[in-house]
Amino acid sequence: MEYLSLFVKSIFVDNMIFAYFLGMCSYLAVSKNVKTAAGLGVAVIFVLLVTLPINYLLNKYVLAPDALIKGVDLSFLSFIIFIAVIAAIVQIVEMVVEKFSPSLYSALGIFLPLIAVNCAILGGSLFMQQKDFANVGESAVYALGSGIGWFLAIVSLAAIREKMAYSKVPAPLKGLGITFITVGLMAIAMMTFMGIAL
Amino acid sequence: MDAKLKETILNPIFKGNPITVLVLGICSSLAVTVTMKGALVMALSVIAVTGISSLILSLLRNTIPSRVRIIVQLVVVAMMVILVDQILKSFEATYAIDKQLSVYIGLIITNCIVMGRIEAFALGNKPWPSFLDGVANGAGYGMILIIVAFFRELLGSGTLFGVDILNWLGYVPNNLVILPPFALILLGCIVWVQRSIQKDLQEK
Repeated sequence: MEYLSLFVKSIFVDNMIFAYFLGMCSYLAVSKNVKTAAGLGVAVIFVLLVTLPINYLLNKYVLAPDALIKGVDLSFLSFIIFIAVIAAIVQIVEMVVEKFSPSLYSALGIFLPLIAVNCAILGGSLFMQQKDFANVGESAVYALGSGIGWFLAIVSLAAIREKMAYSKVPAPLKGLGITFITVGLMAIAMMTFMGIAL
Repeated sequence: MDAKLKETILNPIFKGNPITVLVLGICSSLAVTVTMKGALVMALSVIAVTGISSLILSLLRNTIPSRVRIIVQLVVVAMMVILVDQILKSFEATYAIDKQLSVYIGLIITNCIVMGRIEAFALGNKPWPSFLDGVANGAGYGMILIIVAFFRELLGSGTLFGVDILNWLGYVPNNLVILPPFALILLGCIVWVQRSIQKDLQEK
């Protein structure tokens, strides 16, 4: 039950985009059509799901105070360790996918390497560190939920932008401006999920 | 100061603003714009990180093999961010800095502005212009943060830097302004204003 509540919460209430603005750069840049948006979304889910549990274990057994050596607090190293893990995992995932599923590899294309610098991934790890999960399972559920939340956000924005190409937008608002406002309105819609407790 | 250096400093603040024109690095920071204090701390941190890491990488630019440059950049930037975070932690109690800020400070590592300026400028220019370029880009970014925070704190809490401005006039704080969606809408409006003035930035 707790897992379900965490899962739903991380998709809708703590949505990476609408509540924390994480991964905004690629979110705005790659949401011009649904197909590429979905590709990036899947890649984000995938990488979050792999990196978060690993970072959780590292955080618990290496970085936390007194975890590795008694009396040593390594938590100041967490930024650099997390980003190194993410960069390494992305590289490995890329090689594995290329070897075993060339079709998936070509579908994800350039997005996989780009994801190493996607704030949503590092943000997931940092929030995970702050939320103090009890076990690896919880961190994996949180990763899956946040990834799906990000996926939903980018696919729906891409769909709206595809339709918006046909509407008459004031010239200075075209492109970036109207996209910001659309995302803001979508975020207001998502706020209706606030306060849901399962 | 010669014209080129002046251009390096002024361009990122108005014409080539990292947020409203280049759309870089929005990720890490809109969440800190609820109060002026948070935005100011974040802006100063970003200025410090972009400026100093541009300087360091510009000094190293002839010794880094280009194949491993990304990882070297990441290490330098991450080190700077850790330093900033540690400095802020030591002041946390004195100035009552929000604990959540630490997450967003960490996210400066993946802020595209830092890496973008290093790739585009610092690796091909001398240290001093690179440092100025980094600082100016950080400042252009910080300026937008502070504009957004100004409206959000004024309308959302009726205060600025925690000092009562509107409340004693009987203003009722608007809670929507504090919620995340409003930051996006406000940013949209800033883009709108800027592009109405600088018509050449408008998209077709």
